[in-house]
Amino acid sequence: MHKVLVLRAPGINCDGEAAAAMELAGAETALVHINRLADGSVRLADYAMLLIPGGFAYGDHLGAGRMLAVDLIHRLSEDLHTFVADGRPVLGICNGFQVLVKTGLLPDHAVGRATLIDNASAHYECRWTRLAANPASPCIFTAGMDEPFDLPVGHGEGRFLADEATLERLAANQQIVVQYIDASGLPTDQYPANPNGAARAIAGICNRAGNVFGLMPHPDRAFLPQQHPQWRRRGLDQAGPGMAMFNNAVKAMKRI
Amino acid sequence: MSSYLVTVRPLEANTHERLYLLAGELTAADVERLTTELLHDPVAHTAHWQELNSSFADSAPAPCVEIAFRPGVTDNEAETILTGARHIGIKRLVQAKTIRRIRLPHQTNLADLQAYAYDELLNDLIETAYIASVPDDQGRRSFYQHLLEIPAPHTPSITRVPLRDASDAELERISREGILALTLPEMQAIREYFTIEQRDPTDGELETIAQTWSEHCRHKTFRARISYRQTSGEPPADRAFAALHPALAELEAADGAVIDGLLKHYLMRATEAVRNPALLSAFVDNAGIVAFDDDFEISFKVETHNHPSALEPFGGANTGVGGVVRDVLGVSAKPIAITDVLCFGPADLPEERLSPGVLHPRRIRAGVVAGVRDYGNKLGIPNINGAILYDEGYVANPLVFCGTVGIAPRGSHPRGVQPGDAIVVIGGRTGRDGIHGATFSSVELTHDTAETVGAAVQIGDPVTEKTVIDVLLQARELGLYSAITDCGAGGLSSAVGEMGEETGAQVELRDVPLKYAGLQPWEIWISEAQERMVVAVAPDNVQRLLELCAGEDVEATVIGVFTDDGYLNVRYAGQPLVDIAMEFLHSGGQRLELQATWTAQAPQTAEASARSDHGATLAALLAHPIIASKENVVRTYDHEVQGSTILKPLVGVGEDGPGDAGALQPRIDSLRGIVLGCGINPRYGKIDPYWMALAVVDEAMRNVVAAGGDPSQTWILDNFCWGDPKLPDRLAGLVRAAAGCHDAALAYKTPFISGKDSLNNEYRDAQGNRVAIPPTLLISAMALVPDVLKTISMDAKAAGNSLYLVGTTKAELGGALVAEVGGLDNGRVPQVDLAMAPRILTALHSAIAAGQVRACHDLSEGGLGVAAAEMAFAGELGMALDLRAVPAAEALDDATILWSESPTRFLVEVAPAHSGAFERSLAELPFARVGAITATPSLVVSGQSGVTIIEADVMDLKTAWQTYR
Repeated sequence: MHKVLVLRAPGINCDGEAAAAMELAGAETALVHINRLADGSVRLADYAMLLIPGGFAYGDHLGAGRMLAVDLIHRLSEDLHTFVADGRPVLGICNGFQVLVKTGLLPDHAVGRATLIDNASAHYECRWTRLAANPASPCIFTAGMDEPFDLPVGHGEGRFLADEATLERLAANQQIVVQYIDASGLPTDQYPANPNGAARAIAGICNRAGNVFGLMPHPDRAFLPQQHPQWRRRGLDQAGPGMAMFNNAVKAMKRI
Repeated sequence: MSSYLVTVRPLEANTHERLYLLAGELTAADVERLTTELLHDPVAHTAHWQELNSSFADSAPAPCVEIAFRPGVTDNEAETILTGARHIGIKRLVQAKTIRRIRLPHQTNLADLQAYAYDELLNDLIETAYIASVPDDQGRRSFYQHLLEIPAPHTPSITRVPLRDASDAELERISREGILALTLPEMQAIREYFTIEQRDPTDGELETIAQTWSEHCRHKTFRARISYRQTSGEPPADRAFAALHPALAELEAADGAVIDGLLKHYLMRATEAVRNPALLSAFVDNAGIVAFDDDFEISFKVETHNHPSALEPFGGANTGVGGVVRDVLGVSAKPIAITDVLCFGPADLPEERLSPGVLHPRRIRAGVVAGVRDYGNKLGIPNINGAILYDEGYVANPLVFCGTVGIAPRGSHPRGVQPGDAIVVIGGRTGRDGIHGATFSSVELTHDTAETVGAAVQIGDPVTEKTVIDVLLQARELGLYSAITDCGAGGLSSAVGEMGEETGAQVELRDVPLKYAGLQPWEIWISEAQERMVVAVAPDNVQRLLELCAGEDVEATVIGVFTDDGYLNVRYAGQPLVDIAMEFLHSGGQRLELQATWTAQAPQTAEASARSDHGATLAALLAHPIIASKENVVRTYDHEVQGSTILKPLVGVGEDGPGDAGALQPRIDSLRGIVLGCGINPRYGKIDPYWMALAVVDEAMRNVVAAGGDPSQTWILDNFCWGDPKLPDRLAGLVRAAAGCHDAALAYKTPFISGKDSLNNEYRDAQGNRVAIPPTLLISAMALVPDVLKTISMDAKAAGNSLYLVGTTKAELGGALVAEVGGLDNGRVPQVDLAMAPRILTALHSAIAAGQVRACHDLSEGGLGVAAAEMAFAGELGMALDLRAVPAAEALDDATILWSESPTRFLVEVAPAHSGAFERSLAELPFARVGAITATPSLVVSGQSGVTIIEADVMDLKTAWQTYR
């Protein structure tokens, strides 16, 4: 059974499209409110994958993703760590990425090494970005994504920030999974190609094992070819550029 | 009880800091945990906490400004701290307050600091500040203590208003002083009702009637009987013209006309006459509803939130979005798109031209845009269409139009209140915010409005609204409610009053959950606190509904029951507050009789154009704030959430060109889609609102058709924003605009499905001078497209393709934007050819649907010149244009061809292989090949004489257009 738990919480608002993308990839999904996990009526262990979608959980008050992270740590910490240790896939998109970082599941079981803060532009930004995945990364979600691809971002607090030692460690362990790139294909700190001023152009990172992945851009808004802004000029592709991540997730679930 | 101050500072150099006040039986360990686990992020901030009564010396921040919400104003972040504290197991935190501190190290003069703070940083209506140029522990501490003060409890009381013995003069005074906005005849009708009842009304009863009879809720002007006459007639229209313009012909009859209600006579009548088979609900529900396919229905509603946005731009626009989303939730639909159209005073208005008490347009704009952004993004609804306009007439009275589109399974919206159903209020708590919003919208703004109706300002809480949407859509699927409505203007009084109109209702106000103590019963009853919905629930379903809500942390409370006695019966702790017959509440009072007098403007005499450098005119037009790029705003709105946006608001190679419309694919399993567009042009309204109405309907239709929408499956919404309808000249313009809506709907066979009017958009300054906004009509259009893959964008696609101009160009420079950059206004307002326009739309649509068109852009402000430039630079391609080929009805000079705003015109790019088929699609209609797309990125325009009159690099044109002022 390859059932994906798509987490709902007050202010999460991308659960519908995330579930739609997973289903298109062949997974079964269940939209589950965090209160059902907390009260024990739904068990995380019964699912093959956890997807934390985008949105503004608890209004992003006190920092994006922070309150939902507090909720997960205090109400589900053990279940979550077991789930991750089992190697089951965990995907956090946008607000979900912020949540994973603020729980400390990303980069690796430690709060306070990395964070996501206000965009360098100091405002919310909705735009398509050009990205490259790291072929050497252990991330299960980006396997085979060798060519640069486009995904949209939509966030106000997407600027990845960490101390130099943490950044070095992430790089050495190939945990920097996805980076914003410029027209020449190189990681960039130039706005708007890098829409938020993220350190080392980081758009997404994974844990050392590669089963937990979070990213600011939205593959869940780019799984159909017609969602891409350039199909009228370049022609329609077979699938949207984000679809590969969901297909990879389903493949990974089958392996476990 | 102990109180603490937590100071959070960014590690990066930043002048902004966050302060938190915490109060409760807290230990040092509790405060340490709250600080570490909730209030700061160690990677980005440092944090420091202390007891409130300890010395501040270590954090002396002067000079600085510290800003907090006034006590009683909703502080969403503070609420989240309370929730977070519970989640981490700290139950003794009872109060939290947030403060933002701005350090201004170079502002050492206190008076300057204060002036800057009040002009730029805070809104006195909802916020309070501590401002210090030198360290002052005592002043700071008392500011913090003031914020933590608990409002003194006062005993709830119900007051009787001695109305039976009141003279007419006293009746008028009671209405005015209570901000009831009731007319003398209405007050007399109320006096008569209570005389028969042999008692005086309570404060609650008077308020209930005022809300229900308000212009906002009852649309008195749109239902009034209007005697219309015009002082200067136009020559009698010929018969063919009269057949196409029946409503105008009626108005121009020699002895005037009597209109039996604008809503009924023009809008509803036109909709009935069109007989659109897909129309499911028009003018009845909270939103218009049409069939999307066999399984789903689409709803659409557009509202305004003008007066609140004038006083508190962020909160006003924020709750404007929240309110119209609830309208769509009120027809049991899931919101799938947001639109916003904003009208401001000029952003570069000199400060000295600003009246006292009026915020600068720049500040209003910043607040409104942020308010729309905040609410829409947090709800996760894509904002895919809109416009921003500027006019001096909007300085004191900005307009904020917010729209929402929803989708629901066909027939899933229940409308059957049964006696015995419980009245359940769901969502936000009730506070003193938004008192008198409904009646406030019916009074003109003055320089001291902010002081008298401060409580009308509302603060939004989008996350609460999102949770309400989440549970109500589940409740709909489970069939748990029998009727639903939003709590909007008039609050519970309107929601319960309307739902129980046919039955009767009984309410116990003590059961309504409150934000804080101290509200009088009548305030609970009419408060317009946000994020509340009211549902009628059969007794068997109450428990399941309450459990569903509790399971997702949504507050739901039974506050009463629908009865069968035809009375509205409201109590507070058993004491009667309201006991009046529904019949009187909904049918009482008098229908207004109004006079309208139209005086046509003398056409301006045409003078030679001052500027013959057409290239410079083009650059100036592109940089005009109305035409210039809105990317800096659009990018801050999420237009991709839900993954359904197939035609983005920004298009082209650089994804920054000005799209004509947005298109959505609402269902992942179907390529069927909808296209949204809009039309608005107050400059035409200043000349003649009739022709403005035709022009803006045409513009809305052009937008959706240019993107691939089907004009035979298009529905439109009207939003009139006008001055005081009691003034005959203002009302005559309104009549003419409504008449234009009627004639346009019939000609295009496009029904109105919903509408709203916002009147009394006037401002009276301290000297008593009255200024009305320009007559403004927004038409919002929604079109079906059977296959979203057939939608097209406006950017030029490939060199070698032909460029066609569809539609006839006339010397119509009345209200043309070129006049604002030194060009000519000849006073001739654009006049839609109602015989030709629908034929052009139909033919063009068939060409687009057949795949013959690569790009299409409609001609609007700035005419052909601007449309061509936009199309070229969005595609980063060149364009060669020959004005001699332009289809024209008369001999025109180059300037007129370039800048005329004649309606129903499009620039269309067609590949050579499709040229023959395209020309056949448009056969017998006015169109011509006027040029071609070129590989060299320059726009080259040949004039009548055959010489080049414009030659400009398209990227230079784009740079001019990307001017943000």
